[in-house]
Amino acid sequence: MEFDGERILDGINLYFNDHEFLTLLGPSGCGKTTTLRIIGGFLTPTSGDVLFDGKRMNDVPPYERQVNTVFQRYALFPHLNVFENVAFGLRVAKLHKQEIQERVHEMLGIVGLKGYEHRRIDSLSGGQQQRVAIARALVNRPKVLLLDEPLAALDLRLRKDMQNELKRIQQTLGITFIYVTHDQEEALSMSDTVVVMDKGRIQQIGRPEDIYNEPKNAFVADFIGESNILDGVMLADYKVRFFGRTFKCLDAGFAPNEPVDVVIRPEDIDFVPPEEGHLVGTVTSVTFKGLNYDIIVDFRGFKWLIQTTDHQPEGATVGIRLNPEDIHVMHKSEYSGMFGDYSSYSAEYDELTEDADDEEE
Amino acid sequence: MRKNKSLLLSGPYILWMLAFTLIPLCVVLYYALTDVETGKFTLDNMQQLVQYLPAFWRSILYSLIAAVICLVIGYPVAYYMAHCGPVAQKFLYMLVMLPMCMSFLLRTLAWVGILQDTGIINTLLIKLGFPHEPGEPVINLIRTPGAVILGMVYNYLPYMILPLYSVICKIDNRLVEAAEDLGCNGRKVFSKVILPLSMPGILTGMTMVFVPAVSTFYISNKMGSTETILIGDIIERMFKQGDNANMGAALSLLLMVLVFVCTGIINRFGGDEEGSVIV
Amino acid sequence: MKKVNRLITILIFVFLYIPMLVLIVASFSSGKDITEFEGFTFMRYAEVFRDRSLLGLLGNSLLISILASSIATVFGTVASLGIYSLKPRMRKTVMSLTNIPMTNPDIVTGISLSLLFVFVGSKMLHQRNSLTFWTLLIAHVTFNLPYVILNVMPKLQQMDHSLVEAAMDLGCTPVKSFFRVTIHEIMPGIITGAIMAFTMSLDDFVISYFVTGLDFITLPVEIYNYTKKQMQPKIYAMFTMLFLLIFVLMVVMNLLQLRQDKRRKEAKQ
Repeated sequence: MEFDGERILDGINLYFNDHEFLTLLGPSGCGKTTTLRIIGGFLTPTSGDVLFDGKRMNDVPPYERQVNTVFQRYALFPHLNVFENVAFGLRVAKLHKQEIQERVHEMLGIVGLKGYEHRRIDSLSGGQQQRVAIARALVNRPKVLLLDEPLAALDLRLRKDMQNELKRIQQTLGITFIYVTHDQEEALSMSDTVVVMDKGRIQQIGRPEDIYNEPKNAFVADFIGESNILDGVMLADYKVRFFGRTFKCLDAGFAPNEPVDVVIRPEDIDFVPPEEGHLVGTVTSVTFKGLNYDIIVDFRGFKWLIQTTDHQPEGATVGIRLNPEDIHVMHKSEYSGMFGDYSSYSAEYDELTEDADDEEE
Repeated sequence: MRKNKSLLLSGPYILWMLAFTLIPLCVVLYYALTDVETGKFTLDNMQQLVQYLPAFWRSILYSLIAAVICLVIGYPVAYYMAHCGPVAQKFLYMLVMLPMCMSFLLRTLAWVGILQDTGIINTLLIKLGFPHEPGEPVINLIRTPGAVILGMVYNYLPYMILPLYSVICKIDNRLVEAAEDLGCNGRKVFSKVILPLSMPGILTGMTMVFVPAVSTFYISNKMGSTETILIGDIIERMFKQGDNANMGAALSLLLMVLVFVCTGIINRFGGDEEGSVIV
Repeated sequence: MKKVNRLITILIFVFLYIPMLVLIVASFSSGKDITEFEGFTFMRYAEVFRDRSLLGLLGNSLLISILASSIATVFGTVASLGIYSLKPRMRKTVMSLTNIPMTNPDIVTGISLSLLFVFVGSKMLHQRNSLTFWTLLIAHVTFNLPYVILNVMPKLQQMDHSLVEAAMDLGCTPVKSFFRVTIHEIMPGIITGAIMAFTMSLDDFVISYFVTGLDFITLPVEIYNYTKKQMQPKIYAMFTMLFLLIFVLMVVMNLLQLRQDKRRKEAKQ
């Protein structure tokens, strides 16, 4: 897919299964919205095909596709009330009045907006508008529902509620949901399948657990959760060497002496007295986070993030032990060396991924 | 698909505008460069333009003065309007709009009735016992440059007030509060915040008064004398009485260039800000 | 400061309305001249209705302005949709073309159009009378179009474009989505544009003056002809009636709008 001569999507190969909750996850500009717009029919790919039940859909305009979309900022029609917004698609399809009545009321019931039929759109709260947008799309009984960052404009608590709600609606109706978000937590908690994208390419497809525990490259490891990523060498199966020591691990299938990226999740690391540690370092900063402390420890000039409930004073010398299951080994990729170093750590690190909710082309 | 659609929709319009705005200007150029009798190519018309330069300068001078007066008296009005309650605002806005909908010919004629030697003001002054020579007015009002400028100000003042008003309305009151918070007194708030922010409206207003004023022929015709002949009068005469359309075309061309340059200068004042306020 | 502004505002409104007051008073005067009030009479009003010439001219003006503004509104709205989806550079070029009649002095617009019509009519089509009703209509449509476009374009740009996509997503063809969604969104711009075009057209003197032929004359042009010859006082009566009509129309429109605003506010609460 090219846009204004710029390559936006490259080699996207995706299969969607029926009744699946699939999430496209990635930073802004990664091509996830573009992918969604291609599926919705708002963009025509410059090369490649969109197939639907085996039929080629490239030249089918959006109004002839059995796909409906929940837009980023809802795109509710301001000149129509709640009922008419939801009834819009049915009226265009010229359904019988009676049927329109029934289906709209049923759908408003499902999204919890009974009694709001005659309200104006601008008199609704953000969450209510969200529900109208969902009802308006679902009332047409699409085979696939596309959702483009539908919760981005809601505040945190409402977003959590709506996540549960969406999941419930999806399970009740059994429709395939294709969901776009840049929020990794949202993706992990709602989806059956997560597709991690960056720079127009799919980085990894898998179940949420697999994506988190076995990231394929440094980008995925860093984007999903926090990771310390280190240079290492795979000496042999189940044996990896980094920081001048050899560790046991659970990974195999690498070439002998292949250079690799080693991922260690901050929450998997436990402190031990320095004399018992595999590695010994100095605490350089401690931030209280509520559930845990974020502690930055300097190991020979390389800074790690460790999330733990044990408080350690700044300047303390600490040791850590690494168990085989704490270590995840990945092949080198174009992202190697770009992520996973906390040398420039600031307490706001996790907000860096949050502010990426700008619209993308 | 998208490209075809947008051309299909806008194409007829583009053709229309080319045919009825751009091509007519080319026709004006053609007439300006041909002889009135023979229809052959000539530069005579262009060379004769020199003799009309005084009228050009007079037009520019009068209309600039009129534009500045409009700004000075229009700004307080717009400012006052913008700070009224919503109902009063609507009503005042309507009162400014209303004269624009009424025949400006008749309204100008009414001014003639007010100002002329036997007009309302002079009659009133005589009744009040002001000394005057028999058969002469107390004060000479009509057929002066002042009368022409008054006519311009009167006719085009709404074109100044409306853009000023819409710009001042949009000024965020929090900016004024912020300026006060940062230590500006009333005068400084005005000169440092409100005035710079109303610049787009000022520029639009100036242009909207200047352009019709510099090209008017009716106002100077009715309120002025042979000494205050404006370029619009000359052009009108060339077409409607003198039957020298070619000379008139040359003059129109010069007027167009002149307006283009003047509005360019006016807009340059405000830096590269878009001076486009739609009333 | 507020008091000074208020005083200036009052003075300016007096300044704006004194000439109109003079005209209104003159319409009730039995004197021939605008300056002398000889006696009160309704004679002028009777004249307007007895001799139909003024009403006929007003009819001409209304005909031209209604036709021209309706054509310009439809044509301009369609064109705006097209211009909106043009590539940015092309869009800019078209918008500067649109601005030509706005920035050019009316007299130049009038002259250039009349020269064009005469040039095409006499030199190319060899007609004796090349300035007709149709050329006048073309001229009015031409200077009306920019008002429509400049009012509709901003509305299109402000509109959330995903509304159109939502309509298509819900089964509307592009044409259907225009009538079901887009038009509602840009309606305020269309209405303002149409009203502006209509009033500009109705009140236009300068352009019409140069483009009008002998067979179709509008009211402002004829008023100008009167001012050159003997002034007919019945014109003041006409003016007064039009003034009242427009004043009432404006007040009614304002009241309706105020009521609508109020209702909308209540609905929001």
